[in-house]
Amino acid sequence: MKPRRFNMRSLILNTGSTLLLPLLVLFSLFLLLRGHDEPGGGFIGGLVAAAAVALKLFAEDYKAARDMLRVHPLQLVGVGLVLAALASLPALLVGQSFFTAQWWLVDLPIFGELKLSTPLLFDIGVFLGVIGTVLTVVFTLAEAEHS
Amino acid sequence: MDLEVLVALPIIIPLLLGAISLTVLSNHNAQRWIGAVGTALLLISSIALLFQTKDHGIQVLEVGSWPAPFGIVLVSDMLGAIMVVLACITGFATALYSLKTVRKRFERFGYYPLLHLLLAGVNGAFLTGDIFNLYVWFEVLLVASFALLILGGERAQMEGAIKYVTLNLLSSALFLTAIGLTYGLVGTLNMADIAVKLGSVDDQKMVTVIGSLFLIAFAIKAAAFPLFFWLPASYHTPQVAVSAIFAGLLTKVGVYALYRVFTLIFTADTGFTHEILLWIAILTMLTGVLGAAAQFEIRRILSFHIISQIGYMILGLALFTPLAIIGGVFYIMHHIIVKANLFLVAGLIYRLRGSFELKKLGGLYKDHPGLAILFLIPALSLAGVPPLSGFFAKFILIKAGVEASAWWAVGVALLVGLLTLFSMIKIWNEAFWKGTPEPAPAIPAPTRNALLYWTIGILAAMTVAIGIFAQPIYVMAEMAAHQLLNPSIYIEAVLGGQTP
Amino acid sequence: MTTLMAILIGTFYAAAIYMMLRRSVVKLVIGLILLSNAANLLIFTVAGLERGIPPLIPKGQDVIAGAAADPLAQAVILTSIVIGFGVLAFAVVLIHRACEVVQTDDMNEMKGTD
Repeated sequence: MKPRRFNMRSLILNTGSTLLLPLLVLFSLFLLLRGHDEPGGGFIGGLVAAAAVALKLFAEDYKAARDMLRVHPLQLVGVGLVLAALASLPALLVGQSFFTAQWWLVDLPIFGELKLSTPLLFDIGVFLGVIGTVLTVVFTLAEAEHS
Repeated sequence: MDLEVLVALPIIIPLLLGAISLTVLSNHNAQRWIGAVGTALLLISSIALLFQTKDHGIQVLEVGSWPAPFGIVLVSDMLGAIMVVLACITGFATALYSLKTVRKRFERFGYYPLLHLLLAGVNGAFLTGDIFNLYVWFEVLLVASFALLILGGERAQMEGAIKYVTLNLLSSALFLTAIGLTYGLVGTLNMADIAVKLGSVDDQKMVTVIGSLFLIAFAIKAAAFPLFFWLPASYHTPQVAVSAIFAGLLTKVGVYALYRVFTLIFTADTGFTHEILLWIAILTMLTGVLGAAAQFEIRRILSFHIISQIGYMILGLALFTPLAIIGGVFYIMHHIIVKANLFLVAGLIYRLRGSFELKKLGGLYKDHPGLAILFLIPALSLAGVPPLSGFFAKFILIKAGVEASAWWAVGVALLVGLLTLFSMIKIWNEAFWKGTPEPAPAIPAPTRNALLYWTIGILAAMTVAIGIFAQPIYVMAEMAAHQLLNPSIYIEAVLGGQTP
Repeated sequence: MTTLMAILIGTFYAAAIYMMLRRSVVKLVIGLILLSNAANLLIFTVAGLERGIPPLIPKGQDVIAGAAADPLAQAVILTSIVIGFGVLAFAVVLIHRACEVVQTDDMNEMKGTD
């Protein structure tokens, strides 16, 4: 029996994915930033972003998806974990207990008040970590089919 | 305030190290440096934590300033701090040993990040004061261990890994179930708070049921009888450095969890739970050592001995007297160092002779007398020959058994000690003493083994030191046992006097 | 309702263990998936099946209006779903590789290390 090839190329999916990709990435960022006070957050945002790359994989091929990501997914996990771990440290500088949330308010001229915080940093770390983890798994499986 | 951060360092350092090594995955030198220097730093921080805990009592850190019992707390009592130091010693030794033995292919696959992640998981499990957080750390170290186990991708590794993964996931599911039932009963996840609230639960039978669920879950992790068979099926398959850290640490996390849960939380019905523990301990000692007697591959012999040694540790918990708990803690301290070291020695033997099979080995004493001595120290210590560390560990336990009139346990413990000695002498006779078998294996002896010798030598020196300077170690074990047997100290530290 | 859930969860556990005892590796994976779901459902049920509003404090107020759902149980379930997902993803990759290397999906033939 011949091994089944990984071939799902279709015109509709191809055209659709070009339109959907930017939307998915934007949506994932929206979910990430919305996350602090309302439903959303780094985890779900990361899943959506990873789904975008996975869509590219299905619509085109393994190589296109890898090229789109540019870096190795494990490196994303690394950066994400570093950010998440760093988010625990600022509290120590101001003499509070480890991992206590810190908030900084920044006044921007046109947009108004911008709230920066360590939970945001942590969430960005989670976001990158989730993208990296999911894509590592997806790519490992795709690679097995590919070769 | 400032020193509280010491409690978090053993977790945050390996996490950061692992994350940084992931970002420089293709730079082998950077990874090795981060591995060696980073784990050395980790060891220093853990020793600082141990002294802080020893001098100033139980250290509690409320993560994110969320007060207990609502937030997650990290707690370092004597047992936790001792375990963390042992984990860091093993981690440091493994990192040093890996410098020369781990191939570039595995480094690219993420060997070092996984090693750091494993250490973070182990330390997290030792330090957390929250039962669900304990589950999370268990999973962290489990995922890291899965990946480390299959590095290399040989057939035996895959077969071993499936059994390892399945049994450990089953145990995790039981653990999670037990957590769910506990939460349903008392509505809290903080271990100290659970201990307080379980006392006032009407349905004490349900408490015992939940306790038994925890017992099964942790007994699988600790490779206790009758669910130990995943261990000898998998521990001899991975890279030697990986085998060493697994043998030293992973099952001990299960033992630690048993100690924690059955001294702090489920102490109401000791007549039931600790009686079961006693029989588990006896049968675990016996099956492990009998399994080892039938093996002729060094790593498999050592794997079976892990099981029998786990029996001794559980025996300490099961007898549940002050002396027995001291003995159990002392045993864990001695065992982690000795067992990791024996696997490292086995790895060096393989490096010199290209085989783990006793039948193909021989003449090592003539060619490498230094290695022979370095093998004898941990091997005799494992069997309990004075004045090495294992003698005192066994002596305390057996004395506790005599005092508690647990004659079966005492008899089996003595017998198992004898059989362990038999096993070690078997390895000695076959691998070191007898002549080189014909035809002589034509393995070009790899040079530059100095670092490996040093690593093994340092661990062997620790074994001797624990034996000679047993008194200070005993005092620490005594403090740990005192805190374990008086849960009110732990509960007071976590819940009392913490008003923000 | 709770009784119904209890029966469902029991069935899940039973089915999971049954699947894990089969010889096929694929059924083993299905068993593991069922097992983690059973544990999650159990936590969901023991935390109390009540109608409540989401445990979010509305803007401009200090307390939740009325009975709210227990957020801790939900957080625990969410975490364990994520962990379960991660571990299972890994297990699937592992078992896939294992089948390739060993060239069988029959547990009875994986006896090389016993």
